[in-house]
Amino acid sequence: MPPIVVVGAGQAGLQVVDSLRRGGYTDALTLIGDETWLPYQRPPLSKKFLLEEMDPARLYFRPAAHFSKQDVTLRLGVSVTRLNRTTCELTLSDGSTVHYDRLALATGTRVRTLPVPGADDPRVCYLRGLDDAVRVKARLVETSRVVIVGAGFIGLEIAAVARALGKEVTVIEAQGRVMPRVVAPLVSAYFQRVHESHGVRVMTDAQVQAVVNSGAGLAVRLRDATEIPAELIIVGIGVVPNTELAAAAGIICDSGIVVDEFARTNDPAIVAAGDCTRHRNTLFAEPHRLESVQNAVDQAKVAAASLLDVPVAYAQVPWFWSDQYDVKLQMTGISTGYDELVLRGVPESGAFSVFYYAGERLLAVDSINRPVDHMVARRWLLAGTKIAKHSAADVAVDLKSVI
Amino acid sequence: MPKITYIDLDGAAHTCEVANGLSVMEGAVANGVPGILAICGGSCACSTCHAYVDSAWLARVGAAADIEDATLDLANERRPESRLTCQIQMRPELDGLIVHVAKND
Ligand SMILES: Cc1cc2nc3c(=O)[nH]c(=O)nc-3n(C[C@H](O)[C@H](O)[C@H](O)COP(=O)(O)OP(=O)(O)OC[C@H]3O[C@@H](n4cnc5c(N)ncnc54)[C@H](O)[C@@H]3O)c2cc1C
Ligand code: FES
Repeated sequence: MPPIVVVGAGQAGLQVVDSLRRGGYTDALTLIGDETWLPYQRPPLSKKFLLEEMDPARLYFRPAAHFSKQDVTLRLGVSVTRLNRTTCELTLSDGSTVHYDRLALATGTRVRTLPVPGADDPRVCYLRGLDDAVRVKARLVETSRVVIVGAGFIGLEIAAVARALGKEVTVIEAQGRVMPRVVAPLVSAYFQRVHESHGVRVMTDAQVQAVVNSGAGLAVRLRDATEIPAELIIVGIGVVPNTELAAAAGIICDSGIVVDEFARTNDPAIVAAGDCTRHRNTLFAEPHRLESVQNAVDQAKVAAASLLDVPVAYAQVPWFWSDQYDVKLQMTGISTGYDELVLRGVPESGAFSVFYYAGERLLAVDSINRPVDHMVARRWLLAGTKIAKHSAADVAVDLKSVI
Repeated sequence: MPKITYIDLDGAAHTCEVANGLSVMEGAVANGVPGILAICGGSCACSTCHAYVDSAWLARVGAAADIEDATLDLANERRPESRLTCQIQMRPELDGLIVHVAKND
Protein backbone atom coordinates (compact mmCIF):
# COMPACT_ATOMS: atom_id res chain seq x y z
CA MET A 1 0.00 0.00 0.00
CA PRO A 2 2.90 2.47 -0.23
CA PRO A 3 3.42 5.33 -0.05
CA ILE A 4 1.61 6.70 2.99
CA VAL A 5 1.69 10.45 3.43
CA VAL A 6 0.79 12.39 6.59
CA VAL A 7 -0.13 16.08 6.32
CA GLY A 8 0.49 18.12 9.48
CA ALA A 9 3.56 17.49 11.62
CA GLY A 10 1.99 18.16 15.02
CA GLN A 11 1.13 15.83 17.87
CA ALA A 12 -1.34 13.77 15.85
CA GLY A 13 0.76 13.62 12.68
CA LEU A 14 3.80 12.47 14.60
CA GLN A 15 1.77 9.81 16.40
CA VAL A 16 0.37 8.47 13.12
CA VAL A 17 3.91 8.08 11.81
CA ASP A 18 5.16 6.44 15.01
CA SER A 19 2.21 4.08 15.21
CA LEU A 20 2.62 3.05 11.58
CA ARG A 21 6.24 2.09 12.19
CA ARG A 22 5.40 0.39 15.47
CA GLY A 23 2.62 -1.43 13.66
CA GLY A 24 5.09 -2.91 11.21
CA TYR A 25 4.66 -0.66 8.21
CA THR A 26 8.06 -0.57 6.52
CA ASP A 27 7.34 1.11 3.19
CA ALA A 28 7.60 4.72 2.15
CA LEU A 29 6.35 7.22 4.70
CA THR A 30 6.36 11.00 4.40
CA LEU A 31 5.43 13.59 7.03
CA ILE A 32 4.73 17.08 5.72
CA GLY A 33 4.40 20.14 7.95
CA ASP A 34 4.28 23.85 7.26
CA GLU A 35 6.17 24.88 10.40
CA THR A 36 9.95 24.87 10.21
CA TRP A 37 10.50 23.27 13.64
CA LEU A 38 10.69 19.55 14.21
CA PRO A 39 7.38 18.28 15.64
CA TYR A 40 7.06 19.76 19.14
CA GLN A 41 4.86 19.90 22.23
CA ARG A 42 2.36 22.75 22.33
CA PRO A 43 1.15 22.57 25.96
CA PRO A 44 4.34 24.08 27.48
CA LEU A 45 4.06 27.11 25.16
CA SER A 46 1.59 28.79 27.53
CA LYS A 47 3.25 27.37 30.64
CA LYS A 48 6.89 26.52 31.29
CA PHE A 49 8.29 27.72 27.96
CA LEU A 50 6.84 31.18 28.45
CA LEU A 51 8.00 31.41 32.03
CA GLU A 52 11.53 30.06 31.94
CA GLU A 53 14.67 30.35 29.92
CA MET A 54 14.24 27.33 27.67
CA ASP A 55 15.75 26.09 24.43
CA PRO A 56 12.95 25.38 21.90
CA ALA A 57 14.68 22.07 21.13
CA ARG A 58 13.54 20.85 24.55
CA LEU A 59 10.01 20.83 23.16
CA TYR A 60 10.78 18.45 20.31
CA PHE A 61 9.01 15.11 20.50
CA ARG A 62 11.92 13.34 18.83
CA PRO A 63 15.43 14.32 17.77
CA ALA A 64 16.07 14.82 14.05
CA ALA A 65 17.99 11.54 13.90
CA HIS A 66 14.87 9.63 14.92
CA PHE A 67 13.21 10.38 11.60
CA SER A 68 16.09 9.15 9.50
CA LYS A 69 16.45 6.09 11.71
CA GLN A 70 12.76 5.36 11.22
CA ASP A 71 13.11 6.05 7.50
CA VAL A 72 10.52 8.81 7.61
CA THR A 73 10.84 11.51 4.96
CA LEU A 74 10.30 14.84 6.69
CA ARG A 75 9.21 17.78 4.59
CA LEU A 76 9.12 20.78 6.90
CA GLY A 77 8.41 24.41 6.14
CA VAL A 78 6.15 23.55 3.21
CA SER A 79 2.39 23.46 3.22
CA VAL A 80 0.12 21.26 1.20
CA THR A 81 -1.94 23.58 -0.94
CA ARG A 82 -4.02 21.10 -2.92
CA LEU A 83 -5.30 17.58 -2.59
CA ASN A 84 -6.29 15.83 -5.79
CA ARG A 85 -8.17 12.67 -4.92
CA THR A 86 -8.49 11.54 -8.52
CA THR A 87 -4.77 11.38 -9.14
CA CYS A 88 -3.89 10.77 -5.45
CA GLU A 89 -1.54 13.71 -5.57
CA LEU A 90 -0.68 16.54 -3.20
CA THR A 91 0.59 19.89 -4.41
CA LEU A 92 3.02 21.65 -2.08
CA SER A 93 3.70 25.33 -1.60
CA ASP A 94 7.16 24.93 -3.18
CA GLY A 95 5.48 23.74 -6.37
CA SER A 96 6.41 20.09 -5.98
CA THR A 97 3.93 17.23 -5.96
CA VAL A 98 3.79 14.16 -3.75
CA HIS A 99 1.94 10.99 -4.61
CA TYR A 100 0.08 9.04 -1.94
CA ASP A 101 -1.61 5.74 -1.88
CA ARG A 102 -3.07 6.39 1.54
CA LEU A 103 -3.26 9.72 3.29
CA ALA A 104 -3.64 10.97 6.87
CA LEU A 105 -4.77 14.52 7.52
CA ALA A 106 -3.63 15.97 10.85
CA THR A 107 -3.83 19.66 10.07
CA GLY A 108 -4.86 20.88 13.52
CA THR A 109 -6.35 24.30 14.08
CA ARG A 110 -5.39 27.93 13.82
CA VAL A 111 -6.33 30.78 16.13
CA ARG A 112 -9.50 32.75 15.73
CA THR A 113 -8.48 36.34 15.21
CA LEU A 114 -9.98 39.26 17.06
CA PRO A 115 -12.56 40.73 14.68
CA VAL A 116 -12.37 44.37 15.76
CA PRO A 117 -10.83 47.54 14.31
CA GLY A 118 -7.21 48.08 15.26
CA ALA A 119 -6.53 44.40 15.96
CA ASP A 120 -3.88 44.35 13.25
CA ASP A 121 -1.51 46.29 15.53
CA PRO A 122 1.75 44.33 15.90
CA ARG A 123 1.38 44.44 19.68
CA VAL A 124 -1.70 42.23 19.38
CA CYS A 125 -0.42 38.65 19.65
CA TYR A 126 -1.77 35.12 19.57
CA LEU A 127 -0.39 31.87 20.89
CA ARG A 128 -0.70 28.70 18.88
CA GLY A 129 2.75 27.75 17.66
CA LEU A 130 6.36 27.95 18.72
CA ASP A 131 6.94 30.98 16.48
CA ASP A 132 4.13 32.76 18.34
CA ALA A 133 5.54 31.72 21.70
CA VAL A 134 9.01 33.01 20.86
CA ARG A 135 7.47 36.33 19.82
CA VAL A 136 5.22 36.64 22.88
CA LYS A 137 8.11 35.75 25.16
CA ALA A 138 10.32 38.43 23.66
CA ARG A 139 7.58 41.04 23.92
CA LEU A 140 6.74 40.14 27.49
CA VAL A 141 10.26 41.08 28.53
CA GLU A 142 9.83 44.64 27.35
CA THR A 143 6.29 45.02 28.68
CA SER A 144 4.87 45.89 32.06
CA ARG A 145 1.14 45.92 31.22
CA VAL A 146 -0.52 42.99 29.56
CA VAL A 147 -4.15 42.68 28.52
CA ILE A 148 -5.40 39.20 27.74
CA VAL A 149 -8.54 38.88 25.67
CA GLY A 150 -10.38 35.63 26.37
CA ALA A 151 -10.43 33.72 29.66
CA GLY A 152 -10.07 30.22 28.25
CA PHE A 153 -7.36 27.80 29.32
CA ILE A 154 -4.65 29.40 27.24
CA GLY A 155 -5.54 32.98 28.22
CA LEU A 156 -5.58 32.09 31.90
CA GLU A 157 -2.33 30.13 31.71
CA ILE A 158 -0.67 33.12 30.06
CA ALA A 159 -2.15 35.39 32.74
CA ALA A 160 -0.58 33.20 35.43
CA VAL A 161 2.82 33.31 33.72
CA ALA A 162 2.64 37.06 33.17
CA ARG A 163 1.87 37.58 36.88
CA ALA A 164 4.76 35.32 37.86
CA LEU A 165 6.94 37.57 35.69
CA GLY A 166 5.66 40.58 37.63
CA LYS A 167 3.48 42.10 34.91
CA GLU A 168 0.29 44.03 35.50
CA VAL A 169 -2.38 41.76 34.00
CA THR A 170 -5.99 42.34 32.96
CA VAL A 171 -8.10 39.50 31.56
CA ILE A 172 -11.16 40.41 29.51
CA GLU A 173 -13.86 37.81 29.00
CA ALA A 174 -16.99 38.39 26.90
CA GLN A 175 -19.12 35.91 28.80
CA GLY A 176 -20.14 36.04 32.43
CA ARG A 177 -17.38 33.85 33.86
CA VAL A 178 -13.92 32.47 33.13
CA MET A 179 -13.60 29.20 31.16
CA PRO A 180 -17.33 29.44 30.40
CA ARG A 181 -17.49 26.76 27.73
CA VAL A 182 -15.92 23.93 29.63
CA VAL A 183 -16.33 24.01 33.39
CA ALA A 184 -19.19 24.41 35.86
CA PRO A 185 -19.83 27.86 37.34
CA LEU A 186 -18.35 26.88 40.68
CA VAL A 187 -15.06 25.91 39.03
CA SER A 188 -15.07 29.19 37.10
CA ALA A 189 -15.66 31.10 40.31
CA TYR A 190 -12.79 29.28 42.00
CA PHE A 191 -10.35 30.10 39.20
CA GLN A 192 -11.46 33.72 39.06
CA ARG A 193 -10.69 34.00 42.79
CA VAL A 194 -7.31 32.36 42.32
CA HIS A 195 -6.37 34.84 39.61
CA GLU A 196 -7.66 37.80 41.57
CA SER A 197 -5.75 36.71 44.65
CA HIS A 198 -2.61 36.71 42.49
CA GLY A 199 -3.34 40.27 41.48
CA VAL A 200 -4.98 39.76 38.07
CA ARG A 201 -7.83 42.06 37.18
CA VAL A 202 -10.55 39.84 35.74
CA MET A 203 -13.32 41.57 33.76
CA THR A 204 -16.27 39.40 32.73
CA ASP A 205 -19.24 40.34 30.52
CA ALA A 206 -16.79 42.66 28.80
CA GLN A 207 -16.90 42.91 25.01
CA VAL A 208 -13.90 44.24 23.15
CA GLN A 209 -14.97 46.82 20.59
CA ALA A 210 -11.64 48.04 19.28
CA VAL A 211 -7.94 48.21 19.81
CA VAL A 212 -7.08 51.88 19.92
CA ASN A 213 -3.74 53.51 19.52
CA SER A 214 -4.11 57.08 20.65
CA GLY A 215 -1.51 59.58 21.80
CA ALA A 216 -1.74 58.01 25.24
CA GLY A 217 -0.61 54.67 23.86
CA LEU A 218 -2.22 51.33 23.09
CA ALA A 219 -5.52 50.40 24.72
CA VAL A 220 -8.39 47.97 24.47
CA ARG A 221 -11.73 49.73 24.19
CA LEU A 222 -14.77 47.93 25.51
CA ARG A 223 -18.33 48.28 24.28
CA ASP A 224 -19.17 50.48 27.28
CA ALA A 225 -16.34 52.81 26.13
CA THR A 226 -13.99 51.86 28.98
CA GLU A 227 -10.41 51.91 27.78
CA ILE A 228 -7.86 49.58 29.28
CA PRO A 229 -4.28 50.64 28.64
CA ALA A 230 -1.97 47.91 27.38
CA GLU A 231 1.55 47.50 26.10
CA LEU A 232 0.90 44.01 24.90
CA ILE A 233 -2.42 42.38 24.02
CA ILE A 234 -2.62 38.61 23.87
CA VAL A 235 -5.73 37.13 22.33
CA GLY A 236 -7.00 33.66 23.16
CA ILE A 237 -10.55 33.46 21.87
CA GLY A 238 -10.55 29.97 20.44
CA VAL A 239 -9.49 28.23 17.28
CA VAL A 240 -10.74 27.30 13.83
CA PRO A 241 -10.05 23.80 12.48
CA ASN A 242 -7.90 23.64 9.35
CA THR A 243 -10.39 21.94 7.04
CA GLU A 244 -9.95 23.95 3.83
CA LEU A 245 -7.58 21.50 2.14
CA ALA A 246 -9.95 18.61 2.80
CA ALA A 247 -13.13 20.52 2.01
CA ALA A 248 -11.78 21.77 -1.33
CA ALA A 249 -11.15 18.14 -2.27
CA GLY A 250 -14.72 17.15 -1.48
CA ILE A 251 -14.06 15.53 1.88
CA ILE A 252 -17.03 16.05 4.15
CA CYS A 253 -16.40 18.70 6.80
CA ASP A 254 -18.67 20.15 9.46
CA SER A 255 -16.54 22.53 11.51
CA GLY A 256 -14.01 19.75 11.52
CA ILE A 257 -13.08 16.99 9.08
CA VAL A 258 -15.84 14.44 9.62
CA VAL A 259 -14.54 10.98 10.50
CA ASP A 260 -16.11 7.80 11.84
CA GLU A 261 -14.94 5.82 14.89
CA PHE A 262 -12.14 4.39 12.74
CA ALA A 263 -10.86 7.89 11.90
CA ARG A 264 -11.94 7.36 8.28
CA THR A 265 -13.21 10.19 6.12
CA ASN A 266 -15.69 9.64 3.31
CA ASP A 267 -12.70 8.71 1.11
CA PRO A 268 -11.56 5.16 1.96
CA ALA A 269 -7.92 6.09 1.26
CA ILE A 270 -7.95 9.05 3.66
CA VAL A 271 -8.04 9.17 7.46
CA ALA A 272 -7.85 12.20 9.74
CA ALA A 273 -6.91 12.71 13.38
CA GLY A 274 -6.47 15.31 16.08
CA ASP A 275 -7.79 18.83 16.60
CA CYS A 276 -8.98 19.07 12.98
CA THR A 277 -11.58 16.30 13.21
CA ARG A 278 -15.21 16.05 14.14
CA HIS A 279 -15.17 12.45 15.16
CA ARG A 280 -17.00 9.48 16.56
CA ASN A 281 -15.96 7.83 19.79
CA THR A 282 -17.91 4.70 20.65
CA LEU A 283 -18.23 5.89 24.27
CA PHE A 284 -20.48 8.76 23.17
CA ALA A 285 -23.68 9.11 21.15
CA GLU A 286 -22.69 12.49 19.71
CA PRO A 287 -19.70 13.40 17.54
CA HIS A 288 -17.15 15.76 19.07
CA ARG A 289 -14.30 18.00 18.09
CA LEU A 290 -11.73 18.12 20.86
CA GLU A 291 -8.52 20.06 21.30
CA SER A 292 -6.32 17.94 23.51
CA VAL A 293 -3.18 15.89 23.64
CA GLN A 294 -5.24 12.84 24.59
CA ASN A 295 -7.43 13.09 21.52
CA ALA A 296 -4.53 13.84 19.18
CA VAL A 297 -2.60 10.79 20.38
CA ASP A 298 -5.38 8.26 20.83
CA GLN A 299 -7.16 9.15 17.62
CA ALA A 300 -3.90 9.09 15.68
CA LYS A 301 -3.39 5.50 16.85
CA VAL A 302 -6.84 4.66 15.53
CA ALA A 303 -6.04 6.36 12.22
CA ALA A 304 -2.79 4.40 11.89
CA ALA A 305 -4.60 1.14 12.61
CA SER A 306 -7.07 1.90 9.81
CA LEU A 307 -4.22 2.69 7.41
CA LEU A 308 -2.74 -0.70 8.26
CA ASP A 309 -6.07 -2.45 7.63
CA VAL A 310 -6.36 -3.61 11.23
CA PRO A 311 -9.16 -1.23 12.26
CA VAL A 312 -9.73 -0.53 15.94
CA ALA A 313 -12.67 1.62 17.00
CA TYR A 314 -11.97 4.81 18.94
CA ALA A 315 -13.18 4.22 22.49
CA GLN A 316 -11.12 6.36 24.84
CA VAL A 317 -12.09 8.63 27.69
CA PRO A 318 -11.12 12.26 27.05
CA TRP A 319 -8.76 13.89 29.53
CA PHE A 320 -7.11 17.25 29.72
CA TRP A 321 -5.12 19.36 32.14
CA SER A 322 -4.30 23.01 32.71
CA ASP A 323 -1.65 24.47 35.01
CA GLN A 324 -2.20 27.92 36.48
CA TYR A 325 0.15 29.06 39.28
CA ASP A 326 0.39 26.06 41.60
CA VAL A 327 -3.13 24.94 40.72
CA LYS A 328 -3.47 21.86 38.56
CA LEU A 329 -6.84 21.42 36.91
CA GLN A 330 -7.42 17.93 35.53
CA MET A 331 -10.54 17.10 33.58
CA THR A 332 -11.93 13.86 32.27
CA GLY A 333 -15.09 12.88 30.42
CA ILE A 334 -17.46 15.27 28.68
CA SER A 335 -19.81 17.18 30.93
CA THR A 336 -22.30 18.34 28.28
CA GLY A 337 -25.84 17.57 29.38
CA TYR A 338 -25.19 17.25 33.11
CA ASP A 339 -28.10 17.90 35.46
CA GLU A 340 -26.38 17.68 38.83
CA LEU A 341 -23.01 18.57 40.31
CA VAL A 342 -21.53 16.70 43.24
CA LEU A 343 -18.72 18.39 45.10
CA ARG A 344 -15.94 16.42 46.75
CA GLY A 345 -13.81 18.49 49.13
CA VAL A 346 -14.17 22.21 49.62
CA PRO A 347 -12.93 24.86 47.19
CA GLU A 348 -11.62 26.98 50.09
CA SER A 349 -9.10 24.24 50.85
CA GLY A 350 -7.62 24.55 47.36
CA ALA A 351 -8.24 20.87 46.59
CA PHE A 352 -11.62 19.65 45.37
CA SER A 353 -13.33 17.76 42.57
CA VAL A 354 -16.61 18.34 40.80
CA PHE A 355 -18.50 15.30 39.57
CA TYR A 356 -20.92 15.93 36.70
CA TYR A 357 -23.92 13.61 36.65
CA ALA A 358 -26.86 13.08 34.29
CA GLY A 359 -29.33 11.23 36.48
CA GLU A 360 -27.24 8.53 38.15
CA ARG A 361 -24.72 8.39 35.32
CA LEU A 362 -21.33 9.99 35.84
CA LEU A 363 -20.35 12.07 32.79
CA ALA A 364 -17.21 13.90 33.79
CA VAL A 365 -15.00 14.97 36.68
CA ASP A 366 -12.96 18.15 37.11
CA SER A 367 -10.28 17.87 39.77
CA ILE A 368 -8.39 20.74 41.28
CA ASN A 369 -5.22 19.55 43.00
CA ARG A 370 -6.86 16.15 43.61
CA PRO A 371 -4.99 13.86 41.20
CA VAL A 372 -6.29 10.63 42.71
CA ASP A 373 -9.90 11.61 41.97
CA HIS A 374 -8.93 12.32 38.38
CA MET A 375 -7.08 9.08 37.80
CA VAL A 376 -9.80 6.98 39.40
CA ALA A 377 -12.47 8.79 37.37
CA ARG A 378 -10.63 8.06 34.14
CA ARG A 379 -10.77 4.38 34.90
CA TRP A 380 -14.42 4.47 35.96
CA LEU A 381 -15.51 6.37 32.86
CA LEU A 382 -13.75 3.88 30.62
CA ALA A 383 -15.25 0.90 32.42
CA GLY A 384 -18.68 2.55 32.82
CA THR A 385 -18.47 1.99 36.58
CA LYS A 386 -21.46 3.25 38.55
CA ILE A 387 -20.39 5.51 41.36
CA ALA A 388 -23.01 6.61 43.86
CA LYS A 389 -23.26 10.34 44.46
CA HIS A 390 -22.91 9.95 48.22
CA SER A 391 -19.62 8.11 47.75
CA ALA A 392 -18.36 10.75 45.36
CA ALA A 393 -19.25 13.47 47.86
CA ASP A 394 -17.71 11.79 50.89
CA VAL A 395 -13.99 12.49 51.21
CA ALA A 396 -13.80 9.73 53.82
CA VAL A 397 -14.60 7.16 51.09
CA ASP A 398 -11.42 5.92 49.44
CA LEU A 399 -12.32 6.15 45.76
CA LYS A 400 -9.61 3.70 44.81
CA SER A 401 -11.56 1.05 46.70
CA VAL A 402 -14.66 1.63 44.52
CA ILE A 403 -14.30 -0.57 41.49
CA MET B 1 28.24 16.07 31.65
CA PRO B 2 26.37 13.58 33.88
CA LYS B 3 25.26 10.33 32.31
CA ILE B 4 22.16 8.20 32.49
CA THR B 5 21.90 4.64 31.23
CA TYR B 6 18.49 3.71 29.93
CA ILE B 7 17.83 0.00 29.44
CA ASP B 8 15.12 -0.39 26.83
CA LEU B 9 12.51 -3.14 26.61
CA ASP B 10 14.77 -5.23 24.37
CA GLY B 11 17.51 -5.06 27.00
CA ALA B 12 19.68 -2.66 25.00
CA ALA B 13 21.56 -0.07 27.06
CA HIS B 14 21.60 3.57 25.94
CA THR B 15 24.10 5.65 27.86
CA CYS B 16 23.39 9.32 27.31
CA GLU B 17 24.72 12.62 28.55
CA VAL B 18 21.96 14.56 30.27
CA ALA B 19 22.55 18.05 31.61
CA ASN B 20 21.67 18.85 35.21
CA GLY B 21 18.26 20.45 35.39
CA LEU B 22 16.77 18.41 32.57
CA SER B 23 14.41 15.63 33.52
CA VAL B 24 15.30 11.98 33.05
CA MET B 25 12.43 11.89 30.53
CA GLU B 26 13.89 14.80 28.53
CA GLY B 27 17.22 13.02 28.42
CA ALA B 28 15.56 9.97 26.94
CA VAL B 29 13.53 11.92 24.40
CA ALA B 30 16.45 14.05 23.23
CA ASN B 31 18.53 10.93 22.69
CA GLY B 32 15.81 8.92 21.01
CA VAL B 33 15.62 6.22 23.67
CA PRO B 34 12.80 3.93 22.53
CA GLY B 35 9.80 3.43 24.81
CA ILE B 36 9.79 6.74 26.69
CA LEU B 37 6.80 8.27 24.90
CA ALA B 38 6.07 11.22 27.19
CA ILE B 39 2.96 12.32 25.35
CA CYS B 40 2.05 15.00 27.92
CA GLY B 41 5.49 16.55 27.67
CA GLY B 42 6.36 16.20 31.32
CA SER B 43 3.13 17.50 32.87
CA CYS B 44 2.69 14.41 35.03
CA ALA B 45 -0.59 13.69 33.27
CA CYS B 46 -0.05 10.68 31.03
CA SER B 47 2.24 8.09 32.67
CA THR B 48 3.86 7.20 29.31
CA CYS B 49 7.32 8.12 30.60
CA HIS B 50 7.21 5.27 33.12
CA ALA B 51 10.46 3.50 34.01
CA TYR B 52 11.85 1.37 36.83
CA VAL B 53 14.71 2.88 38.77
CA ASP B 54 17.55 0.42 39.15
CA SER B 55 17.57 -0.88 42.71
CA ALA B 56 21.05 0.49 43.41
CA TRP B 57 19.76 4.01 42.71
CA LEU B 58 16.39 3.94 44.44
CA ALA B 59 17.46 5.67 47.64
CA ARG B 60 19.29 8.47 45.84
CA VAL B 61 16.41 9.11 43.44
CA GLY B 62 13.83 9.29 46.22
CA ALA B 63 10.11 8.72 46.28
CA ALA B 64 7.33 10.04 44.07
CA ALA B 65 5.26 13.05 45.15
CA ASP B 66 1.48 12.71 45.57
CA ILE B 67 0.52 13.76 42.08
CA GLU B 68 3.06 11.43 40.53
CA ASP B 69 1.90 8.62 42.77
CA ALA B 70 -1.66 9.11 41.52
CA THR B 71 -0.60 9.28 37.88
CA LEU B 72 1.52 6.15 38.26
CA ASP B 73 -1.67 4.26 38.97
CA LEU B 74 -2.42 4.55 35.26
CA ALA B 75 0.91 3.05 34.25
CA ASN B 76 1.30 -0.52 33.03
CA GLU B 77 2.85 -2.97 35.47
CA ARG B 78 3.52 -0.61 38.32
CA ARG B 79 6.14 -1.80 40.83
CA PRO B 80 7.69 -0.32 43.96
CA GLU B 81 10.61 1.00 41.89
CA SER B 82 8.30 2.66 39.34
CA ARG B 83 8.79 6.34 38.62
CA LEU B 84 7.62 8.81 36.02
CA THR B 85 10.87 9.93 34.49
CA CYS B 86 9.53 13.43 33.79
CA GLN B 87 9.40 13.97 37.54
CA ILE B 88 13.06 13.15 38.19
CA GLN B 89 15.36 16.12 37.70
CA MET B 90 18.94 15.38 36.73
CA ARG B 91 21.38 16.52 39.43
CA PRO B 92 25.03 15.80 40.23
CA GLU B 93 24.39 12.92 42.63
CA LEU B 94 22.42 11.07 39.93
CA ASP B 95 25.41 10.90 37.57
CA GLY B 96 25.52 7.28 36.40
CA LEU B 97 21.81 6.64 37.06
CA ILE B 98 20.36 3.47 35.56
CA VAL B 99 16.66 3.19 34.69
CA HIS B 100 14.77 0.40 32.97
CA VAL B 101 12.13 1.56 30.50
CA ALA B 102 8.66 0.16 31.26
CA LYS B 103 6.03 -0.95 28.77
CA ASN B 104 4.46 2.34 27.70
CA ASP B 105 1.72 2.64 25.10
C1 LIG C 1 -0.63 27.12 23.98
C2 LIG C 1 -1.31 25.78 24.00
C3 LIG C 1 -1.45 25.09 25.20
C4 LIG C 1 -2.07 23.84 25.23
N1 LIG C 1 -2.18 23.19 26.42
C5 LIG C 1 -2.73 21.95 26.45
C6 LIG C 1 -2.81 21.22 27.68
O1 LIG C 1 -2.39 21.69 28.73
N2 LIG C 1 -3.33 19.98 27.64
C7 LIG C 1 -3.82 19.42 26.49
O2 LIG C 1 -4.30 18.28 26.50
N3 LIG C 1 -3.77 20.10 25.32
C8 LIG C 1 -3.25 21.34 25.27
N4 LIG C 1 -3.20 22.03 24.09
C9 LIG C 1 -3.80 21.43 22.89
C10 LIG C 1 -2.88 20.46 22.18
O3 LIG C 1 -1.60 21.01 22.03
C11 LIG C 1 -3.47 20.13 20.82
O4 LIG C 1 -4.71 19.51 21.06
C12 LIG C 1 -2.60 19.24 19.98
O5 LIG C 1 -1.40 19.89 19.67
C13 LIG C 1 -3.32 18.85 18.72
O6 LIG C 1 -2.47 18.18 17.86
P1 LIG C 1 -2.76 18.12 16.29
O7 LIG C 1 -1.66 17.35 15.71
O8 LIG C 1 -4.15 17.71 16.03
O9 LIG C 1 -2.68 19.63 15.81
P2 LIG C 1 -1.40 20.58 15.79
O10 LIG C 1 -0.51 20.29 16.91
O11 LIG C 1 -1.97 21.95 15.64
O12 LIG C 1 -0.63 20.19 14.45
C14 LIG C 1 -1.12 20.47 13.17
C15 LIG C 1 0.05 20.84 12.31
O13 LIG C 1 -0.33 20.80 10.93
C16 LIG C 1 0.18 21.93 10.27
N5 LIG C 1 -0.61 22.15 9.04
C17 LIG C 1 -1.88 22.58 8.96
N6 LIG C 1 -2.28 22.62 7.67
C18 LIG C 1 -1.24 22.21 6.91
C19 LIG C 1 -1.02 22.05 5.51
N7 LIG C 1 -1.98 22.30 4.63
N8 LIG C 1 0.19 21.62 5.09
C20 LIG C 1 1.19 21.34 6.00
N9 LIG C 1 1.03 21.47 7.33
C21 LIG C 1 -0.16 21.90 7.79
C22 LIG C 1 0.05 23.02 11.32
O14 LIG C 1 0.84 24.13 11.04
C23 LIG C 1 0.54 22.26 12.55
O15 LIG C 1 1.94 22.28 12.64
C24 LIG C 1 -2.59 23.29 24.03
C25 LIG C 1 -2.46 23.99 22.82
C26 LIG C 1 -1.84 25.22 22.79
C27 LIG C 1 -1.72 25.96 21.49
S1 FES D 1 5.57 12.74 30.34
FE1 FES D 1 3.50 12.48 30.84
S2 FES D 1 3.62 11.81 32.88
FE2 FES D 1 5.69 12.06 32.35
